[in-house]
Parts: sequence; C-alpha cells; structure tokens
Amino acid sequence: MTTIQHPLEDATRSGMIPHIWCNGCGNGVILGEFLRALDEMNYDVNKIVVVSGIGCIGRISGYTNTDSFHTTHGRALALAVGLKAANPSLKPVVISGDGDLFAIGGNHFIHAARRNVDIAVICSNNFNYGMTGGQSGPTTPPGAYTTTTLYGNIEHPLNLVQFAAACGAVYVARWTAIHVRRIRESIKKAINKKGFSFVEIITACPEEYGRRNKIPDPIQNMKWLRDVSIVESRMDPKDAVIEPDKIVVGEFVDIEKPEYTDLLLGKAESIRSRLEKEGKLSNVTL
Amino acid sequence: MSRRLPEVGGVFLQMEDEIASMAAIIGASYAGVKSMTATSGPGFSLMQENIGLAAMTETPCVVVDVMRAGPSTGQPTKTGQQDVMQAKWGSHGDYEIIALAPSSVQEMFDLTLEAFNLSETYRCPVFVMSDEIIGHLMERLTIPKPEDLQLVNRKRPTSPPKEYQPFRADDTLVPEMATFGEGYRFYATGLTHDETGHPQTDSAEHHASLVKRLCDKIRNNVDKISRVQRVSLDDADVCVVAYGSVARSALSAVAEGRAKGIKIGLLRLISIWPFPDDIVEEVAEQVDRILVPEMNYGQLVREVERNAGRRKVKSIPRLGDALHTPEEILAEVSG
Repeated sequence: MTTIQHPLEDATRSGMIPHIWCNGCGNGVILGEFLRALDEMNYDVNKIVVVSGIGCIGRISGYTNTDSFHTTHGRALALAVGLKAANPSLKPVVISGDGDLFAIGGNHFIHAARRNVDIAVICSNNFNYGMTGGQSGPTTPPGAYTTTTLYGNIEHPLNLVQFAAACGAVYVARWTAIHVRRIRESIKKAINKKGFSFVEIITACPEEYGRRNKIPDPIQNMKWLRDVSIVESRMDPKDAVIEPDKIVVGEFVDIEKPEYTDLLLGKAESIRSRLEKEGKLSNVTL
Repeated sequence: MSRRLPEVGGVFLQMEDEIASMAAIIGASYAGVKSMTATSGPGFSLMQENIGLAAMTETPCVVVDVMRAGPSTGQPTKTGQQDVMQAKWGSHGDYEIIALAPSSVQEMFDLTLEAFNLSETYRCPVFVMSDEIIGHLMERLTIPKPEDLQLVNRKRPTSPPKEYQPFRADDTLVPEMATFGEGYRFYATGLTHDETGHPQTDSAEHHASLVKRLCDKIRNNVDKISRVQRVSLDDADVCVVAYGSVARSALSAVAEGRAKGIKIGLLRLISIWPFPDDIVEEVAEQVDRILVPEMNYGQLVREVERNAGRRKVKSIPRLGDALHTPEEILAEVSG
C-alpha cells in the first residue's frame, strides 16, 4: 500500500494534526492559506514566529511547523513586540481572533499599530467567542443572537479595518473564508510588508454563531459569505461595512511609514556613534 | 535604563501597560536575550497574569517590584512591604518563583545581577522585592569591572533541532532552552504540555508531572538558592527576622540592644522565596523569642511561625510612611 503525503505535511507540526476546529470552520482555511503562502513565497521560515492568543484560532500556533508561542488571552501582540525588539531579524506573525485582539487585547493592538512594529496580524473574525460557548464580542453584529445576547445584540460593533487603519497600520485588508486565493496573496503582502499589517478574515462559525443566527449549515454559511461579499479595494475603510446583506472586502490600506525597530536601532546607532566621537563609548556591550 | 541601554547595545521599551511589559520580556527572553521589567504594587498586580505564563513556559526573566503602600492605588511613593505574599502566590495555579529582598543600594545592583543568574539557572521568573526606601536611597555603590562579574547563561540545546524536546529535563529538572529564529521551530504554550511542548489538556498524569517539575526544580534547591545574613546570633536569646529596608533598622536595634546587655541577634533574609525553612528552623531552635518587624500588617511572619516550633514569634507590623525605629523593635524584646 502506498501512502500519499499531504503537500503541507512538512509545514505542519508532526503529531498535532488533526486540529480541534469544527466542520465548516473558517480557521482551517486560514491555516491552509498561511502555510501555502509561506510555501510559495520562499520566505526563510526559521525567521517566522507564529504568536497566538486564546480561543479557537489561538491553537494555530501549535499546528504550524515554525517557532511559535501560544500566549495568554489578548497578549499575543505584546509578546510579539518583545520578540521583535530583542531580535529584529524575526518576523512575528500574530494569528488570533476578534475577541482576543480587540476586546481583551485591544490596548496592545492600538499601540503595536501606532508604533508600526513589523508584525503581520491575521485576525479570524467569527463574530463571537466560539470556543467558550458563543458569547457576544466586539464584532457581534447588531441584532445577532449569541448566548449572552439572547434577545438580540444591542451593541455597536467595531469595524476592524477602520480601527486598524486609524491606529496606523500600513497594510489593511479584509476577506472572507471563501476568498482563499485572495487570503493567500494578502498574507504574502502582510509578511513581506515592513511594518504593522492587518488582514481580517471573516470566518464562518457554523457551530456557535451560525446555529443561533439561521446559518447553521457549513455550506449554507459559506454560500452566505459568497453572496454578500463585495470587493471594493481602496475604499475608505470607514465605509467598508459588515451588514447582513453586504460585507465589503478588499485591500483598504497599503502605505509606507518608518518601522519601529528600524527607528529603535537607528537611534541607538546614532547615540553610540556620537559617544564614540566624544571618546565616551563604553567598553561594555551587551 | 532608557539612557544607558542604547549606549551599550541593549534595548529599552516603554510598553503601554504592565500587562504588556511582562508579555514583552517573555517574548524577548525567547528571542534569546536577558530581559527585565520594573514596577510598583499596582503594576505588579497587572503583571501576575503573565508571571504565570512565564512560570509555565519556564521563561528566564527578572521583575523588580519597588513596593509601596496598598491595597489598590494606596499611597503612591510611600513605603511598604505588602507585596511579599503576592510575589509567591500572585498568579493562579501551583508554581514556584524566586524572590530576593535588597537592603541597600549595593544590593539593588548585586541582587539584580543575582536575579538574572538565578532566572537563567532555574528558568523561572525571579523577583527583586525592593521597597520605596531602598528605591529612593542614595548611598555608596561599587560597580565591579565587567570581567569580575559572575554571569550565568541558560543551558543551550545539546541535540539537533529535529530531536530537540523543549520541555524535557534531566536530573536538574531544568530543560535546555533553544532560541526562536535558530531553526529549532519549537512551540511554547501556557496550556499543560508534554516534553515536546504539545498541549496535554486531558491527561492527569501529564499535568501532575509538569506542575511537580515546575515546583520541584526550585524546591529541591532551596539550600542553594537561600541567602541570609546572620548577625550576633551565636549566643542570642532573641532573634529579629527582617528583610529589605526594615533589616537596616533591625541591625541598629541589635547594636543598641547589645549595648544594653540584651542577647539579641538578627537573621536577615536576603532571599525570601523559596522561604528558607531549614535556616529559620535551625535559628529558632537556638533562641527563646523571635521578632518579625515588617512594613505590612503581618505577612512573612506566618512563614517564620511555620518554622518556629514552640518558640514565641512576635509580629511587629508597621503601616504608614516610615520604617520601624530601632526602639520600636527593642520594645518588643520582653513581654
């Protein structure tokens, strides 16, 4: 009998597959496209560090055959900033959920983006806390039913691409789990971009979100994403709405801006060369 | 540090909050550098979440807590020793850390260095539990020449990347530590994990063996980690157990007491966690009475009581912006 190896077998961590995700969950698409992107772009994978937080998608750092860190809830970006500052040759890729990155971790998102730290952020937005029973979160749409909005959500959701752009991200895109090739291309751009880049992926969550909002079937869920998505690249991200019958997807920001660790090292270099000219450079180096 | 580190090839970051600071030093440590952060009580509370992560992922790192008066915002910049139990028990779950308590500016330097060495040796967070008095003190400091410093670095992997198991330990119970970016492609998680680093969230055996190892790698080495100073204890009837700035006052109390003919001595705890049980027990056996002055409402005194057998242990709590005077300590010698 011959065994056929999956083309991405070597890109995953041996012994960790099968993953924990439900049938029809979009997180598998993110894992697959992230690994295919790495495979196609010939990036030095030894320099990639996948950092994740808590939640369904948080388990992704265990599945990729990379250096990886599964942090506490919301803290992936803060840990990634420390990694990057200590060794700027590393490229942290933070892959986490909407609740992790924008509720408990919202403060770290603001400041990592504001500083323009060279980190690629991939956010799986499933409109709820899927792992813990389907509670509402910062992206739950108005009127949606979750285990903590049993009478319909009364809150205004955060538009993640608008927020990321406002915080200073240099690359911002949104796709849904059906846009597999576009996800792959955006992940490549995010990894190659020097600076804070953000890719939002609307992931179907049939089991928790879908079941309570009349889209419980995975195929039906994917068809819904296909039917309501409109590609509007270069649109002002504040107008990139997520509504029941319309999800605007595309690339919204792609700009250049000095990157944090470049500035950090550049500043340190200028300090040391000034001290050297003045004959005051310490013989101690770390 | 923001002035000095760029001058010598280091990196200084001011993070957005203390939660982020603690996360960042874990990331930096996994990137292969020695990392530290410094704070006071409110920030130390925020750091507790990721102190647990550092304990679980066996991250060498150093946290300086210059203790002030709490709870909550309390009295900013007023002194206290109210975080010493939090240092041991602040994050949820069973784990062990190491905590040192400097009594002088010189010890701020020496013990910070020692904290790094201990964190690299045992792969755990190490705390320098200072207080406002030491933090604002100005006194003579001798900085050794770089070549005279004794520096310890973490054990590096001895096996090639494909065979490397990031959480497999030898008899020391401390695993070898690879660095991100070198091709080891390893995984660290705050979940219960096995020797390969893979999550083991259902296995009671894996959980028990991991948690025991995290604790025992410290507990088995209490005698190596413990640092104390003994003053005039040989013939003492009364022993003062003190740490941090309070130990300075206790030292004066011993001198004044001896001048009055009182057989009093001092056991100064330089390391407070893991608690030096055996040393306190041995000293307790030689004296009649133990005094424990602390700038809190009685915290480490409980650890002393645990080791004092039937000896009388007198807590001398002090709350508010000042040290105990030597007279306040001496007043408790009898009665």
